[in-house]
Amino acid sequence: MIRFPGSCDEVDALGACRRFADAELLWHGDRDLRAADAIVIPGGFSYGDYLRAGAIARFSPVMEAVREFALSGGPVLGICNGFQVLCEAGLLPGALLPNVGLRFVCRQVELVVENPNTPFTRACAEGDVLSVPVKHTTGRYYAPEEALDELESNGQVLLHYAEGQNPNGSARDIAGVSNSQKNVFGLMPHPEHAVDPLTGSADGGKLFESLVAHVDALQPA
Amino acid sequence: MSPGATDTRHRELGLTDAEYDAIVERLEREPGDLELAVFSLMWSEHCAYKHSKKLLRKLPTQGPRVVMGPGENAGAVDVGDGLAVAFKVESHNHPSAVEPFQGAATGVGGILRDVFAVGARPIAILDSLRFGELDSARSRYLLEHAVAGIGHYGNSIGVATVGGEIYFEGPYEQNCLINAMCLGVAPQDRLTRSAAAGVGNHLVLLGARTGRDGIGGASVLASAELDAEDESKRPSVQIGDPFEESKLLECCLELLDAGLLASLQDLGAAGLSSSSSEMASKGEVGLDIDVSRVPLREADMEPFEIMISESQERMLCVVEPGKLSAVLALCDRWDVRATEIGEVTDTRRLRVFSGDELVGDMPVEALVDDCPLYDLEPEKPSEPIYSPPPRVIEDDASPGQTLLALLGSSNVASKRWAFEQYDSIVGSRTVRRPEGADAAVLTLEPDGGSRALGVSIDGNGRRVACDPYSGAVEAVLECASNLACVGAEPLGLTNCLNFGNPEKPHIAWQLTQAVQGLADACEALGIPVVGGNVSLYNEGGEGPIYPTPVVGMVGEIPDPERVAGVAFLEEGEQIALLGPFRPSLAGSELEKLRGGLSEGLPQADLALHRDHLARVREAVRGGAVSSAHDVSEGGLACALAECCIAGGIGARVDLAPLLARLGTAVTPEIALFGEGPGGVVVSGSLEAMEGLAENSGADWLIRLGEVGGEALELTAGVATLSLPVEEAKTAYEQALPGRFS
Repeated sequence: MIRFPGSCDEVDALGACRRFADAELLWHGDRDLRAADAIVIPGGFSYGDYLRAGAIARFSPVMEAVREFALSGGPVLGICNGFQVLCEAGLLPGALLPNVGLRFVCRQVELVVENPNTPFTRACAEGDVLSVPVKHTTGRYYAPEEALDELESNGQVLLHYAEGQNPNGSARDIAGVSNSQKNVFGLMPHPEHAVDPLTGSADGGKLFESLVAHVDALQPA
Repeated sequence: MSPGATDTRHRELGLTDAEYDAIVERLEREPGDLELAVFSLMWSEHCAYKHSKKLLRKLPTQGPRVVMGPGENAGAVDVGDGLAVAFKVESHNHPSAVEPFQGAATGVGGILRDVFAVGARPIAILDSLRFGELDSARSRYLLEHAVAGIGHYGNSIGVATVGGEIYFEGPYEQNCLINAMCLGVAPQDRLTRSAAAGVGNHLVLLGARTGRDGIGGASVLASAELDAEDESKRPSVQIGDPFEESKLLECCLELLDAGLLASLQDLGAAGLSSSSSEMASKGEVGLDIDVSRVPLREADMEPFEIMISESQERMLCVVEPGKLSAVLALCDRWDVRATEIGEVTDTRRLRVFSGDELVGDMPVEALVDDCPLYDLEPEKPSEPIYSPPPRVIEDDASPGQTLLALLGSSNVASKRWAFEQYDSIVGSRTVRRPEGADAAVLTLEPDGGSRALGVSIDGNGRRVACDPYSGAVEAVLECASNLACVGAEPLGLTNCLNFGNPEKPHIAWQLTQAVQGLADACEALGIPVVGGNVSLYNEGGEGPIYPTPVVGMVGEIPDPERVAGVAFLEEGEQIALLGPFRPSLAGSELEKLRGGLSEGLPQADLALHRDHLARVREAVRGGAVSSAHDVSEGGLACALAECCIAGGIGARVDLAPLLARLGTAVTPEIALFGEGPGGVVVSGSLEAMEGLAENSGADWLIRLGEVGGEALELTAGVATLSLPVEEAKTAYEQALPGRFS
């Protein structure tokens, strides 16, 4: 779990991860990922995000290590601001633009699982509906039409907003995309805020469960 | 001859001639420019409470759970297991009326600092907002930007905004109200006071550089009426930087955890002047400050500007000499600027140096404790103070039309448009989000746990305008009732008194009556006041605001799993009305829509309400009810409609038993739309309702009908209505967004 100055969901995300596996925080100045099996980049406003969401965080020392980790096939999950950082870093295709409504929106939405055959969604079935909140100002997923076609045909759109629930005007209702190798995944909704029915829903836990299952499957028996 | 007669500098700074003379007497000489600037702020209404201090002594502040009472940056109550909850509400009205985005944002920033200054980690923000009617472009502008500003600060710093309220009334047109409340959790042994201590200890300034923003905010903006030239006061509004504050917050809590600070204080109104002199006053010490060491945004600032700047995101702490290097190292790690700017002395004087030059030397006691206090001269007005609102609905509108109009009226309508712009879930503690229940519910421990807090903030200014005493009593009852609906027992109360110019007898009367009402209600319910804020001079060219005491309360909930929400859940569940509810059209939303503004409200029997609230709380805690919703604006009909809308299910209700209890003076219309404290709508199984009725007697619980169908079908004697839930929902939820494209 990476912590930038200005991260604000990192404690929530850490708590969510710890429900399923061991997890710890890495400081933005760290270059050593401490032999992590998976990396989560949390939400928030890294370095204040005054320039553009995620635009500065991508240059942080820790992101160099994350890049190497990702390029060697390690699973990286970016949530909200983490998604923005991964797009800025070129580890994920496309970009995130200001919401159509131009306002921050915090709302519970339904997500449909499009591709369950990835490290992040393997605990789900295709068509599963997950209730997970969104909260962001800059979450409208954008990519050129041909790129969107390609993402869809490659199965890189792992999650989309259920019909009528797109909160930000994202192209083709896309809520989360992966790279072509499926080991880097970014999404705007916050699965870490959906791990306990007491606070709304436990559906987001499926993504963490998937990640743990993926890592476990790689371990020698 | 009075020196004030020849020298008028002080008048421009808001001091009277007599106050100037008093300063000369304390100093035993004429004040220098810096000294006069510092005195003018310290003796402003905002810092010295000179018109309200005597009155505030009426409020009960003692209670077995109080850990820190009024006077500290925030009050705190004991919540068991070695934990305390600190909370406070504060206004940022005048800055927001001049520049709503930054005004509201820095209002949030300021109240957050108050809470982490006492060592508590902020976990939630609530806002109480007042604007003019939505027909006015200015009101829509203020609303839109204030909401965006609150969201900007709270969302960015990662503290959940979990609740609040918004009212729209003509008298707030020029002078909007932005009150922000924050609560935080601390281990009790980390709770920190602000008294400076230890002669020879270092004074260290933390956080942002000091600039010219917010110079004189407290005296220029907060302690005088607004006028037409307020646009020119924009430079007096501070600019917020939530990223800087986020680092400052984490850094301060780590410093306190490591036991490195002797005391901590935030820099708010009047900046370094008030923070330093208040720390010195509480610690009964003196302070020497060298302004030349203060990191500046603009190099050429005058010493007096440095002393009174209200630049945001700054804290002042006292550090023992042996711990200074550890403090500086920890701040460096968080990338927080830390500068040693002075030291604690035994002189009992605030001495300000610029390098070697002494530029100000003032007795601390004179600055903080000697400000002349004024007796109010209250006089009940013989003429109405406010003109009635414009009529928007005819008396002969059908009950169905009336209910739709009320649901779509700005004060009753859903505030989803606003609260969706706030992050209400960061922190993973939020069990009930805005409008999900009558009070916000947060778990005490992060990631669940078995205990929770209920929080609400309330205050209907128009009802206080109708009757300052009863209106203020009702604000306390309303807030306590919202807590009861989630099973929370109040531990403490904070308030913000928003009033007009107290030098005017009719405003003094409102203020005196309202504070008496608050005091009596708190006393009767056994709820101590642990802190608060007074905002006076809220007047525009067209007169004073409605008198608006805003009450915030924190309560404890033993089991968050049993918290009731607003929504009717299941077909066939029974609906009942609990409590000594005696509705009246006086001060109601319906009266407003009909263009009326009553004088006088029925007086509540506080002992009766105390029992009622305890019973509601126990019913919720015992798991007997599936939903619980307090009857407030728009009366019983609106409360029932809100339960239906939230659950997406209808209800069949007959108010005959209520009419029978209330007697012939209460017409069907009053039963439907009348307002008053002491009514809670609940739903639950037949057995649960029978159980509740058995234990409490027929007077308290009245069965009204059952949940089901797709419409709210409501009968009250000759009045009947049937409103499809979808239609009600559209009116309720589209009213606010419909005003913005």
